[in-house]
Amino acid sequence: MIPELGTFSTILALCLALILSVVPMVGAYTGNKLWVDYARPLSKGVFFFLSIAMVCLGYAFLTNDFSVVYVANGSNTALPWFFKISAIWGGHEGSLLLWVWIQAVWTLAVAVKSRNLPLDIIGRVLSVMGMITAAFLLFILFTSSPFDRFLPGYPMEGADLNPLLQDFGLIVHPPTLYMGYVGLSVAFSFAIAALLSGRLDAAWARWSRPWTNVAWAFLTLGIGLGSWWAYYELGWGGWWFWDPVENASLMPWLVATALIHSLAVTEKRGVFKSWTVLLAISAFCLSLLGTFLVRSGVLTSVHAFATDPERGLFILGMLIFVIGGSLLLYAIRAGSVKSESTFSLSSRESLLLVNNILLTVSCAMVLIGTLYPLVMDALNLGKISVGPPYFNALFVPIMSLMIVFMGIAAVSRWKHTEPSYLVKQLWLPAVIAILAGVITSYAYSGVLEFWVTLGLTLAYWIVFSWIRDYFNRARNRDSLWGAVTKQSRSYYGMLLAHLGVAVLVVGVAMVSIFVEHRDARMQAGDQLEFRDYTFIFDGVRKVQGPNYTSDMGRIRVLYKGEPYRIMYPEKRMYTARGMSMTEVALDPGLFRDLYIAMGEELDGGAWAIRLQYKPFVRWLWLGALLMTAGGILSASDKRYRRQNNRAAAAA
Amino acid sequence: MNAQRKQRLTLVLVIVLGASVAVGLTAYALSQNINLFYSPSEIYMGEAPKDTRIRAGGMVVEGSIRRDPTSLRVEFDITDYAHATTVEYTGILPDLFREGQGIVAQGMLAADGRLIASEVLAKHDENYMPPEVAEALAKAGKMPPMPEAAKGY
Repeated sequence: MIPELGTFSTILALCLALILSVVPMVGAYTGNKLWVDYARPLSKGVFFFLSIAMVCLGYAFLTNDFSVVYVANGSNTALPWFFKISAIWGGHEGSLLLWVWIQAVWTLAVAVKSRNLPLDIIGRVLSVMGMITAAFLLFILFTSSPFDRFLPGYPMEGADLNPLLQDFGLIVHPPTLYMGYVGLSVAFSFAIAALLSGRLDAAWARWSRPWTNVAWAFLTLGIGLGSWWAYYELGWGGWWFWDPVENASLMPWLVATALIHSLAVTEKRGVFKSWTVLLAISAFCLSLLGTFLVRSGVLTSVHAFATDPERGLFILGMLIFVIGGSLLLYAIRAGSVKSESTFSLSSRESLLLVNNILLTVSCAMVLIGTLYPLVMDALNLGKISVGPPYFNALFVPIMSLMIVFMGIAAVSRWKHTEPSYLVKQLWLPAVIAILAGVITSYAYSGVLEFWVTLGLTLAYWIVFSWIRDYFNRARNRDSLWGAVTKQSRSYYGMLLAHLGVAVLVVGVAMVSIFVEHRDARMQAGDQLEFRDYTFIFDGVRKVQGPNYTSDMGRIRVLYKGEPYRIMYPEKRMYTARGMSMTEVALDPGLFRDLYIAMGEELDGGAWAIRLQYKPFVRWLWLGALLMTAGGILSASDKRYRRQNNRAAAAA
Repeated sequence: MNAQRKQRLTLVLVIVLGASVAVGLTAYALSQNINLFYSPSEIYMGEAPKDTRIRAGGMVVEGSIRRDPTSLRVEFDITDYAHATTVEYTGILPDLFREGQGIVAQGMLAADGRLIASEVLAKHDENYMPPEVAEALAKAGKMPPMPEAAKGY
């Protein structure tokens, strides 16, 4: 009964979404205010019915309703309750429902939070969002309903959730990442609405900026969480694999990063307008492409659930429709867009343009590396794979270059900045950054590793050039403290996010170059030493978990000969699927992680054991957290609300 | 040409130049980092190159896993049921590696035709077969019947 209620409310949500995608849009064209006014209640209705559907699916999981195919495939009576909840998005059907529910959340948020936008704009924006919702709901209902039943007979026990996904990471990673992916649909809808209405101005950029910032922040957090999850759950100790599925999330992130910078220029200076619109369209199209790659079965990985060609065709069709349609609209309308001001070659505008070019170029490179094997395969030219060296060889130089420009942009001014002024401002930070980079690099390792020195120098460069800028701002104030409180929230948001980049760069450089790992064959009593640490293997004992049995190793760790701590890596056997899983033992720290994973049991009671020393690995995720905080802080800037109030007063 | 046009032209030229450098670098990096896939039959026929990194995949032959008693070196055979290739690997095998399972190994061919693997991939699920392996088996005409449960994933 409950699953049928779920299907029923999904269908109701589809009906409302279809009305939402037509009525307010027509109303906005004909000037029928009543029709446009329908947009907000309809958005609320879609959200309401999709929430009911989510609750129904959750209920089916919690009550072990194995007559539902999706529940039987992804759950088990022995599964702890919190994993039953997260199992809602543990498979293809449910994760699509989550996708569309989050789309409804964003639609609701736009409907509620934008009281002060012109009515025709809000009607168009919500209509476009309704179209996206409707398309995904059609997809769910026709090809992948999570509420389908096994009839007449059904299994007494479920097949269990994939053990890889039975983890805290799965509870938080997909919803956060989807918040980011789907949040880009807001920027997309604003762009389409602006193109349709022909009102592509600074006000449009100001409306869509906070939404884009928040979506970008979620996307950053989601990617960070995914990397963190892969680090401790896959048992390899890697944090980024250039796996096509990771690339699928990185591409929209790169373009969204370009978009938030280009929106800033559009809002402040009224230039780059059509470029900004193109970025907004591309960002969302890339997040759809990501969905297609992950969900259609063209890729195989932990994320690829579906291998049903019908599903792939549906998403491909949708992709072609969205990309084709929006680019066509863009081609028709963008030509009439006029810039509101000019700028010289040496100006903040130009530097942000450089940022945009570098980001889109790197996105294009990731796209080529990801799609090339698929194209080759489709043309029957052989099965190939593109390895991480390709991505590293291109990505690292481009990003290094971008950070150099990031520092220059920090002190530059809008419209025109004399190059001599830049040199005067920046020679000191540059010298200090290089010196500090060389000194810290040498002090840490005793040798000058090129990439580490470069990474540290770049990180210092970001920090010192911003300090320079800060002093410039403080000079016009009475006191340094006065300058601290006078800057806007969005300024501090930017500072925080750029600091996050610096922290991330340090993490990447240090962990990539100075990681140390040993794979060893260890018997009880064996010991291994490296990096001031001694690892003593005490043997393995059996442990019984709720839905698994485990071989738990015990490893004593000594630091410089003194007892430091005991670590318990595990090898778990999940009984329902007969699948074994490595559970890593971690000793996290700000400057280094100790990472122990158990391989398989060898002859004579010995075990294969992987020991790793990972310097600064936490800085990767710390950097992502700082960027997230920065994005949210700048979206909460007063001026967006003030602007809204002013608009309301004018109306 | 007025000053503003000149400036715009410079900007456009810089962009075009940058983009072409980027394309060139991409093409070069791509050509250096492509790993082609070969089936055990193709390796047996000598179609696989000896001096570059390749990928090879097949089913792990039952009873073929031989471990070195003092280190982590392991040898096993992979097959497409027409021919077999021996893979040598030192390190920890993935959780889902086992006899009868489809795997993909990445590495270089030694002179004696063995694959010295730097990486062994066995992903995802106990019923899962890497698509390259499935295709290699189909080509050799030896596709085993897929278990019923595999269709759900």
